[in-house]
Amino acid sequence: MSQQGYVAAPPYSQAQPGMGAYQGGFGSGPTQPLYGHYGGPPQAFSAPPAGKMHLIVLNRTFFLSAITVVMIFSYPAPPAVSAPYGQPPHSLYNSMASPGPPPTQQLTNQMSSMNLGSHVQGLQSPPPPVSSVVQQPFQTPPPLTMAPPQMPPGLQSPHMSPLMSPPQSPPASMPMASQSMAGTSMAGMGGPFPGPPPPGPGGFQQPGLGSAGQFGGYMAGPQQNMPGAFPGAPSAMAGPPQKKLDPDSIPSITHVIEDDQVKQGGQVFTTNIRGQVPPLVTTDFTVTDQGNASPRFIRCTTYSLPCTADLAKQCQVPLAAIIKPFASLPKNETPLYVVNHGDTGPVRCNRCKAYMCPYMQFIDGGRRYQCGFCNCVNEVPVFYFQHLDHMGRRVDFYERPELSLGSYEFVATLDYCKNNKPPNSPAYIFMIDVSYNNIKSGLVKLICDELKTLLEKLPREEGMETSAIKVGFVTYNKVLHFYNVKSALAQPQMMVVSDTAEMFVPLLDGFLVNYQDSRAVIYNLLDQIPDMFADTAESETVFAPVIQAGVEAFKAAECSGKLFIFHSSMPTAEAPGKLKNRDDKKLVNTDKEKTLFQPQKGVYEQLSKDCVASGCCVDLFLFPSQYTDIATMADVPSHTGGSVYKYSNFQIETDGEHFLRDLRKDVQKSIGFDAIMRVRTSTGFRATDFFGGMYMNNTTDVEMAAVDCDNGVTVEFKHDDTLSEETGALMQCALLYTTIGGQRRLRIHNLSLNCSSQLSELYKSCETDSLINFFAKSAYRAILNQPLKNVREILVNQTAHMLACYRKNCASPSAASQLILPDAMKVFPVYMNSLMKTAPLVGSTELSTDDRAHQRLSVMAMGVEDTQLLLYPRLIPLHNIDVNSEKPATPVRCSEERLTDSGIFLLENGQSMFLWLGQASSPDFIQSLFNVPSLAHLQGHMCALPELDNPLSRKVRSIISGLLEKRSNSMKLQIVRQKDKPEMLFRQFLVEDKGLHGGASYMDFLCYVHREIRQLLT
Amino acid sequence: MATYQEFIQQNEDRDGVRFSWNLWPSSRLEATRLVVPVSCLFTPLKERPNLPPVQYEPVLCSRANCKAVLNPLCQVDFRAKIWACNFCFQRNPFPPSYAGISDVNQPAELMPQFSTIEYIVQRGPAAPLIFLYVVDTCLEEEDLQALKESLQMSLSLLPPNALVGLITFGRMVQVHELSCEGIAKSYVFRGTKDLTAKQIQEMLGLTKPAVTGQQGRPLAPQDAAATCKFLQPVHRVDMNLTDLLGELQRDPWPVPQGKRPLRSTGVALSVAVGLLEGTFPNTGARVMLFIGGPPTQGPGMVVGDELKTPIRSWHDIQKDNARHLKKATKYYEALANRSATNGHSIDIYACALDQTGLLEMKCLSNLTGGHIVMGDSFNTSLFKQTFQRVFSKDYNGDFRMAFGGVLEVKTSRELKVCGAIGPCVSLNSKAPCVSENELGTGGTSQWKVCGLNPSTTLGIYFEVVNQHNAPVPQGGRGAVQFVTQYQHSNTQRRIRVTTIARNWADAQSQIQHIESSFDQEAAAVLMARLGVFRAESEEGPDVLRWLDRQLIRLCQKFGQFNKDDPTSFRLSESLSLYPQFMFHLRRSPFLQVFNNSPDESSYYRHHFVRQDLTQSLIMIQPILYSYSFYGPPEPVLLDSSSILPDRILLMDTFFQLVIYHGETIAQWRKAGYQEMAEYENFKQLLQAPLDDAQEILQTRFPMPRYIDTEHGGSQARFLLSKVNPSQTHNNLYAWGQETGAPILTDDVSLQVFMDHLKKLAVSSSA
Repeated sequence: MSQQGYVAAPPYSQAQPGMGAYQGGFGSGPTQPLYGHYGGPPQAFSAPPAGKMHLIVLNRTFFLSAITVVMIFSYPAPPAVSAPYGQPPHSLYNSMASPGPPPTQQLTNQMSSMNLGSHVQGLQSPPPPVSSVVQQPFQTPPPLTMAPPQMPPGLQSPHMSPLMSPPQSPPASMPMASQSMAGTSMAGMGGPFPGPPPPGPGGFQQPGLGSAGQFGGYMAGPQQNMPGAFPGAPSAMAGPPQKKLDPDSIPSITHVIEDDQVKQGGQVFTTNIRGQVPPLVTTDFTVTDQGNASPRFIRCTTYSLPCTADLAKQCQVPLAAIIKPFASLPKNETPLYVVNHGDTGPVRCNRCKAYMCPYMQFIDGGRRYQCGFCNCVNEVPVFYFQHLDHMGRRVDFYERPELSLGSYEFVATLDYCKNNKPPNSPAYIFMIDVSYNNIKSGLVKLICDELKTLLEKLPREEGMETSAIKVGFVTYNKVLHFYNVKSALAQPQMMVVSDTAEMFVPLLDGFLVNYQDSRAVIYNLLDQIPDMFADTAESETVFAPVIQAGVEAFKAAECSGKLFIFHSSMPTAEAPGKLKNRDDKKLVNTDKEKTLFQPQKGVYEQLSKDCVASGCCVDLFLFPSQYTDIATMADVPSHTGGSVYKYSNFQIETDGEHFLRDLRKDVQKSIGFDAIMRVRTSTGFRATDFFGGMYMNNTTDVEMAAVDCDNGVTVEFKHDDTLSEETGALMQCALLYTTIGGQRRLRIHNLSLNCSSQLSELYKSCETDSLINFFAKSAYRAILNQPLKNVREILVNQTAHMLACYRKNCASPSAASQLILPDAMKVFPVYMNSLMKTAPLVGSTELSTDDRAHQRLSVMAMGVEDTQLLLYPRLIPLHNIDVNSEKPATPVRCSEERLTDSGIFLLENGQSMFLWLGQASSPDFIQSLFNVPSLAHLQGHMCALPELDNPLSRKVRSIISGLLEKRSNSMKLQIVRQKDKPEMLFRQFLVEDKGLHGGASYMDFLCYVHREIRQLLT
Repeated sequence: MATYQEFIQQNEDRDGVRFSWNLWPSSRLEATRLVVPVSCLFTPLKERPNLPPVQYEPVLCSRANCKAVLNPLCQVDFRAKIWACNFCFQRNPFPPSYAGISDVNQPAELMPQFSTIEYIVQRGPAAPLIFLYVVDTCLEEEDLQALKESLQMSLSLLPPNALVGLITFGRMVQVHELSCEGIAKSYVFRGTKDLTAKQIQEMLGLTKPAVTGQQGRPLAPQDAAATCKFLQPVHRVDMNLTDLLGELQRDPWPVPQGKRPLRSTGVALSVAVGLLEGTFPNTGARVMLFIGGPPTQGPGMVVGDELKTPIRSWHDIQKDNARHLKKATKYYEALANRSATNGHSIDIYACALDQTGLLEMKCLSNLTGGHIVMGDSFNTSLFKQTFQRVFSKDYNGDFRMAFGGVLEVKTSRELKVCGAIGPCVSLNSKAPCVSENELGTGGTSQWKVCGLNPSTTLGIYFEVVNQHNAPVPQGGRGAVQFVTQYQHSNTQRRIRVTTIARNWADAQSQIQHIESSFDQEAAAVLMARLGVFRAESEEGPDVLRWLDRQLIRLCQKFGQFNKDDPTSFRLSESLSLYPQFMFHLRRSPFLQVFNNSPDESSYYRHHFVRQDLTQSLIMIQPILYSYSFYGPPEPVLLDSSSILPDRILLMDTFFQLVIYHGETIAQWRKAGYQEMAEYENFKQLLQAPLDDAQEILQTRFPMPRYIDTEHGGSQARFLLSKVNPSQTHNNLYAWGQETGAPILTDDVSLQVFMDHLKKLAVSSSA
């Protein structure tokens, strides 16, 4: 069963200011007032008599399970058109609800409340009136009226009340709009995004429109007016802006998430079908591995690849997989089996070296097998021979994980080890900056105290009593101090290495030790370190030599491992890797802005190489008080699978616990070392590009000094040849790594995808969360090499292309004013808009360069869950929470208008967490949570809720701690009061609103994209 | 009148000076014809229990380029209170403090018995002694343990206010901080990187933080001792240091099979020198290097770490096959010179069965007056006692060591100084008395002797510059003044002044007098030093030829013979032993490298050029005592004929003490007669050489290798290689005679040597 929802939009002309706003959003502010009303009350959604929005749901049997969201941005139409709106097609709703919760129930419910009945009209009758109206705004730009008086957010009108009168388009908006466009060329696509057209736009610019009749009719007007493009005629810009779309009517992520949770939550997802689209990352489900890797390990942007490169090019939907080889599994899912093929190592295809997997076809009575990847026929090794049953399956099919499962591990033989020697157990080295800043802030003492308990909890191999991981300690400022903590010593020994130019490790025996054995000495050391440097006046630090020291230590000990570096400042001491302040706000919004993200070349480049070669992962905990050139300092961590944590202006009272939570998580993470990953594919396509916290020496091998449960590698695929619908597309990700116990293993993840020559299949199998992960990473990489402006343009253009292609090839013919979105991608614009408003992509001088660089790098290594959350934070209302309910509170949309003066909201995006307190929040609530009579009594810098013994406090705290537990990073809880200054910080996470530092609101963006699509379709 | 023997003895006892000639030929030509140059062995710090130092400063001649010290040879006008310098004849008034002098009230320096006098000067703050241990940790566990114990023991021997430091090295070099509480700290250096002194000082944090931080805080007037955490007073850190030494581990870096441990001796020394240079320049300091093997990495590397490539031998060196030799030598020489400039001496204690690179490193000690001690293991009494003896004390309870010595030689006008051979470096002081002819370290009248002890002896060579036609100063005497400034072990600065004079003699008319004034012992040692000095830079055979030629010329000059009649050749008593010394010198390890490793040669030569005359003579011609029932112990000829079955021999070669039991004695001993009461006298006979040996062992530095062997024993080779091979398998006529043991050698015997010498001396064609 299928349905399409049509949302009628304000008149087309409105899209023009939308564009302007979009533009302005990134650059100038003058258009802001124009858009104020978008954030305003839903009354803005006014249909008749001028601009109308239709929300139309219709049946489309041929769409099978696919659901397409269609929004119609219609133009001022005769009042008559709006007449049918009054009849909600409830029957339709019921019918579709009955087979099961419809995926878009929330949406459709909203729709229904918005007089969905009009859809029939919208579909059938709009063309003529719309087309006639289309030209209206251009020809006779109505005078601009400023937004209608803003309604208090609380006063949402549940019903559509025609409120806006489009004809009063105010001329005032025109100059503003055109002004904002003035700086940009109107050539090319004619949109507000100047510059070269996005890749492959030609296909869209001159499309052989199947439904030309309909579209042609719609677009005739604009085309006549502005052939080829919008030539910047002021009239074109002068759309009546007062048309407002009901924010509730546009696709909502929270609803999509909720729907999926309702539909698939708590269910078992069995991976036995090729090309099966998994539930959303946000959905709580259980995976049963039956031949394909769990979506926790691999997620694809689409589960149905286009058969040909042409198709792929046409739709511009990126074909990519996001692989999280070490993803942690919930307790109720089976951990990976370990397969041992004995001394000869895992059975592999002779030609392509793919590992034995469910896609190997056994033939010839089981004596030979055909590789599913390269079709080579191989002899089955004697020890591996097994008879086939009547189905042609090996008799031992269910006994061998590598034949029946999507994910499993092989025991690696010596051939897979460095120098053909079994690896030593890995080591963690804690490297603490003991310069003045860190001593003064009390950080050193905090770390030392924490390590005593933390080291007890080092990750250990399943079933092991103690961890095999060795530990070592280094402190440093301008020179490095190594510590001998051999268990035989009565007290630790310090060895100072001041030769930072050529770093080396001064000792081998006693540096890396087993914590259990040397506990007494280590305790002694950790007690002494803060005292030893208590009087230090040294404020200069080195950095590259510190990492070098770690590398040398691992080299000497012939093991791999991880460095935990606790660093305070830019390394300015005379040593390799010395950095200079190169922060220059003047570069923002210029072609040279990219240099702010580029690491300084030289020492660090080589260092990354060394680190990876010796399996040295670097985790950097930064405690800066000013610019520290994170782009460069984080270069090594970002190439070695490490993380960078940043605590600006660290204060022990407010950030201490936050940092310690991060540290604990980081130390205890499950992790593999000295990893090398290879993604093999069946013939016809191959992995061409990789994004992640890794290093690549060649074009195929992904090298990671370490890979932990949060590292996600995004792999892009390209066609080599035509894919067959019949055999589908296979991929096998093999990760060779060293376990925490020091064993060499091969982790294999297999996934099979469908192939189709129908684009509709592709759009149906798309995964928005994965797509946005890919776009985020590719955009974040692109900003290293090109101006931000270009990158943003490309993003928008590609978004428009993807959607236009769908519209053109998959959607049923409809009015051009309709924005038709594939169901699987209906919330894609929200994410995309949010992505473009992220700090790295926003050219704003108000943002710290370090923060932007930091975010850029951390996203590069994220998995789908993390990017999803980052780009669409959870906003959870707490004021109406049921303290007795087990059910978690339902998040609401990230928009200011969802906030209420009396509300209390929790917002989190995996990096930050806010508790927002409305001005008028109930004193009882405040009392229960904070034990103060009113908001005014709240202390300024709170970073945790007091532990109070009342159900509400317990409940809220349990929600918070639950979230902290769940996320890979710890988040600092910031408590903000409405209208307080820190609220600004909070507001930038309301991603559906206009960005604080520029960037359009969701609505504006949608309008803009729609306009772009229309452009493409003509 | 005393004999020359007595005169020489007296002079040596009083002034520590022995001249080759005690009458000086009055012209340059005549002096050259005497073959053996006018030269002397001078022991600057000869122990003089009866010489109390005076507590004031010496009075100097006021002439700028003279500055000789007032001495008993000066003419003094007591009434005018004026003295005339006997070197430049400048007339100088006495300083005001001497106002009271008169004929009967003379200061000590004017009294004839005070030809050697010592002044204590109070200048500047007293600098503490510094002992910097540089310890190799690539040792066998047992060796390291023994070494650690020795070092711990040594702490108790050091003067309590002495500063002590510790550097350990293996693959890395660690400089230990001694003042710290709690955690033991050390600074670590890579063993392969050559660092400049500045870099080392920076890395150790020794450079004054000129501008960094701490603005406003005035630099406290802390002395260097307080600021340098690596060198601390013994009394303050001895507990710490004892613990530190106790916890010292073997170098923890694994040594793969077939490899030598990586020893960064070069860098360790460079760090040690750099550390002292930066903290205590021109202060007495001893760097004591303990090594158990050759440097195998970094600058100063002597051999690679591959065991399959053996350390260089003489053969390799002659074939120019020693890869690292030149580079390493150059490296250590540079270090030695830096160290010498700063007045720090470097000792090397090398204990290993194989060579340790002394050849390359010898200059460290040779140029700085440090000791070299070579042994098989740190766990031997040879090392332990020798090391202990470094800290021995004299009759005053002061250490027998002095630091930062500067020796200056002043001569009267007829004489110029050509050079010195000994543990010194030139200070390049071009005084008028410096000759253009260089013998040894020349071109200067001042030498730096960084480490001195009472037996340190330099050979100093002079040149008579009086022209042949110039009149001999009638009754005139030539004078030499030695001025030695040094830091006494009790940290006082002292100046010892020795002024000697000898009569001039006209060689033509007084040749017999000159001949009888010949001190053949001193001459032999002085010539030997010249030979050894040459051997360091020339091929062995060339040096031997030179020695031979000198000997022949001397014999021609002073021998009495008829031309071409060897049998008529006679030498006077004062020269009679000289050819024999030369014979043994030619066979000595100082000039022969056969059977000695390059390290051994370096070791032997090192000691030869610094010991006093007695010890040097023992080295040239070992002493052999014979013990028998036939009489009291007696010295016997160092000849194979002295090796008899019923004798016990005690040979002292300075480096070895060999007790050799003749065949019969050995059999008796084996039979256990000494245990029987009725053979008490045999027991006593066995005991006698042991007691005598013990006496030598007690006093000698370095302690000799003690060898107890018997006829046919493998260690008997030490004796057999030294004795004159008068009986060999070649001169068959000796077979069957019961007079000694034949030596299986092709070396010529003294007899043959003398025959040749006579033949050549009398030959008219030569």
